[in-house]
Amino acid sequence: MKKLLTGNEAVARGAYEAGIVYASAYPGTPSTEILENIALYKEDIIAQWAPNEKVALEAVIGASIAGGRVIASMKHVGVNVAADPLFTFAYTGVTGGAVLVTADEPGMHSSQNEQDNRYYAKFSKIPMLEPSNSQEAKDMVVEAIRISETFDSLVLLRMTTRICHSKTLVAFGEREEGVKQPYRKQLDKFDAVPSTARKLHAKVEKRLLDLEAFSNETPLNFIEWHDKKIGVIASGIAYEYAREVFGETVSYLKLGFTYPLPFKKIEAFAKEVSTLYVIEELEPFMEEQIKARGIECIGKAKLSNQGELSPQILRAALLGEKFEVIDYDRSDIVPRPPTLCAGCPHRGFFYELGKRKNIMINGDIGCYGLSGFEPLNAKDTTICMGASVSMAHGAQTIFNRYDENMRAVATIGDSTFFHTGMNSLLDVVYNRSNAITCILDNRITGMTGHQDHPGTGYTLQGMPTTIVEIPELVKALGVKHVRVINPNHLDEVNEAIDWALAIENEPSVIITRYPCALKKYSPQDLEEFGALDSQCVVDEETCIGCRKCIKTGCPALIWDPEKKKVSIDTNQCVGCQVCLQTCPVNAISVKGVSR
Amino acid sequence: MTATKNILLVGVGGQGTITASKILSNGLVAHGYDVKMAEIHGMSQRGGAVVSQVRYGEKVHSPVIDEGEADIIIAFEMMEALRWLGHLKPEGKIVINNYKLPSVRINSGIDTYPRNVLERIRDKVHTTVIDASDMAEKLGNRKTMNVVLLGALIKSMALEDLPWENIIRDNVKEKFIDINIQALKAGMTAV
Repeated sequence: MKKLLTGNEAVARGAYEAGIVYASAYPGTPSTEILENIALYKEDIIAQWAPNEKVALEAVIGASIAGGRVIASMKHVGVNVAADPLFTFAYTGVTGGAVLVTADEPGMHSSQNEQDNRYYAKFSKIPMLEPSNSQEAKDMVVEAIRISETFDSLVLLRMTTRICHSKTLVAFGEREEGVKQPYRKQLDKFDAVPSTARKLHAKVEKRLLDLEAFSNETPLNFIEWHDKKIGVIASGIAYEYAREVFGETVSYLKLGFTYPLPFKKIEAFAKEVSTLYVIEELEPFMEEQIKARGIECIGKAKLSNQGELSPQILRAALLGEKFEVIDYDRSDIVPRPPTLCAGCPHRGFFYELGKRKNIMINGDIGCYGLSGFEPLNAKDTTICMGASVSMAHGAQTIFNRYDENMRAVATIGDSTFFHTGMNSLLDVVYNRSNAITCILDNRITGMTGHQDHPGTGYTLQGMPTTIVEIPELVKALGVKHVRVINPNHLDEVNEAIDWALAIENEPSVIITRYPCALKKYSPQDLEEFGALDSQCVVDEETCIGCRKCIKTGCPALIWDPEKKKVSIDTNQCVGCQVCLQTCPVNAISVKGVSR
Repeated sequence: MTATKNILLVGVGGQGTITASKILSNGLVAHGYDVKMAEIHGMSQRGGAVVSQVRYGEKVHSPVIDEGEADIIIAFEMMEALRWLGHLKPEGKIVINNYKLPSVRINSGIDTYPRNVLERIRDKVHTTVIDASDMAEKLGNRKTMNVVLLGALIKSMALEDLPWENIIRDNVKEKFIDINIQALKAGMTAV
């Protein structure tokens, strides 16, 4: 019997069937559920969250060299973080089979860019597989381990959001335990010093030729002959879209193994068809290589390299057809942009920080990135994980250099601080900066859906572990001025901001410490913060309709334009009391509730 | 078997669209259809508009449903019905929960909720409006609103002969089985 699985669940099943014994990752949409689902195979696979993607890949490299079959998974921009070990592991090759999953995000549903990570396969000279659905995602992990061990190479498995998060039917197989090779010291393979690396590079070039021969033979790349007027070369989700649009009216060369490309197969296919389309999402990765071989084809001349493709886009661009669409007035439909949740501990902090003048607020990757929108307006920049702290340092350096009356502030979450913010804070300390770092510690990785991290006290597979305390860590990094506050107490927040702004010549760190409103409290959380057992209520008589509370942007506050009064949605309010502190007439009070 | 059918379930994060589409998809799979289901996770979960796309038939390729392609839309919320109306085939059907859930920006007085939503949709396509939230409340659990709407969908797509009671048994927690079966039946009789 087949089961409906997301692509991510299917990769996890594939890891199980492939005999993988160790997996590591850092959460990031759309890759997060891969490791979460691998972690469910507790008896067979050790699955661990790493503090960042570089560390995840390095742990996996060590495990492979020691002889285990391994997998690392990350979002597209995570591979940038892991690029350093990636390029040299590509030289050394493996002992136990090794797979790196990149989950790309065409359309940027939850990302800061839409880079096409297929170029990493070409750039680092490793083989790449691209599934078109969940069945292929599962099967390709098994195949990737086989390829990895046969060709002595890390294998890139490239997914995209639609593959990761769409559910399609999957038939299961059995787990195949690998043979554990005894560990052998091999300096000529795993010690990438220049003299060795030169030899390894030659080996890599030879490996690429062998892989291209394999690419021409493997059934992962296959031809489906129909009418030969039009031929389509496609991979990943683009193949399914093409199949949807053209059905059996055109011939296909479906590519599952997309680096190195199977040029013999491509040449043979191209010869038989009158017009050749290369249909791929994002960049002309295949098209450029095919054209470089002197084969004529049409790709990005008709299809954009921006955003997701869809059957509709293909239909319009390649057939000039469009479905009839109901014509109606859409002008007054308003958006539902994401916001900080009711009771979010970031709200109180940003409510006060956003009011300050002459500051530049550097944001980071996480829920607190939502601080940039109305009504909080408390953000100037976002680049990448951990960048807020180092960017604040750079910006402050320039403000100081030109004697400008500006202070640079960084706002970064706990998980992001562990990820790469720590290194940045070291830069701040070492280079005598006076940038202000605010670590918004909500005791969990929030945006990706509550993953544990080094500060929570638990591992991915539920083992209790050492809690790394951020205040001690920050002091160990050399920061002398450190304050820990409750961000739901606005006077504490204001006092801390004043305090930090007054420290003119040295780094300061404010740590806001309060759990995410949606977090399932650990016993330690309950002991430290108590249960969520209250809500706020507005006394309608007292409310003067000034809407000061609405400025906090809390989704539980409801403005009634007719009555000109505010009320509080009892389905959402968790009693954080931030709104209560903004009311000039004390119309808001607290009542106990049971949950 | 029939040509591929396209179903959109639209609503707001937290309304149970994803659970409803999961029950629907598993039912269709058990019946032997090829099924693909698409949803987007991530930032859109936080109070945002949510859409689940379910496609079924003999062989399904694309998991996504474009404008002008849906055979039916089940809208858990009125403004979301209006937002996604363009995805419906002109001859398609829409079932709308008679329920308004203002956005944060509407609650804050920045935006205004669109006017005459139901009339505007009725004017364009075959529309059924049901009070799924009230019906669920009467059954004793307002959260079963999603399964009431699922019942209406099943009836509208003439899928009522599938063994839905067993499918619900396999997909919801033990203590919620009975109330969800009642909710499903209520939804099926409401259209």
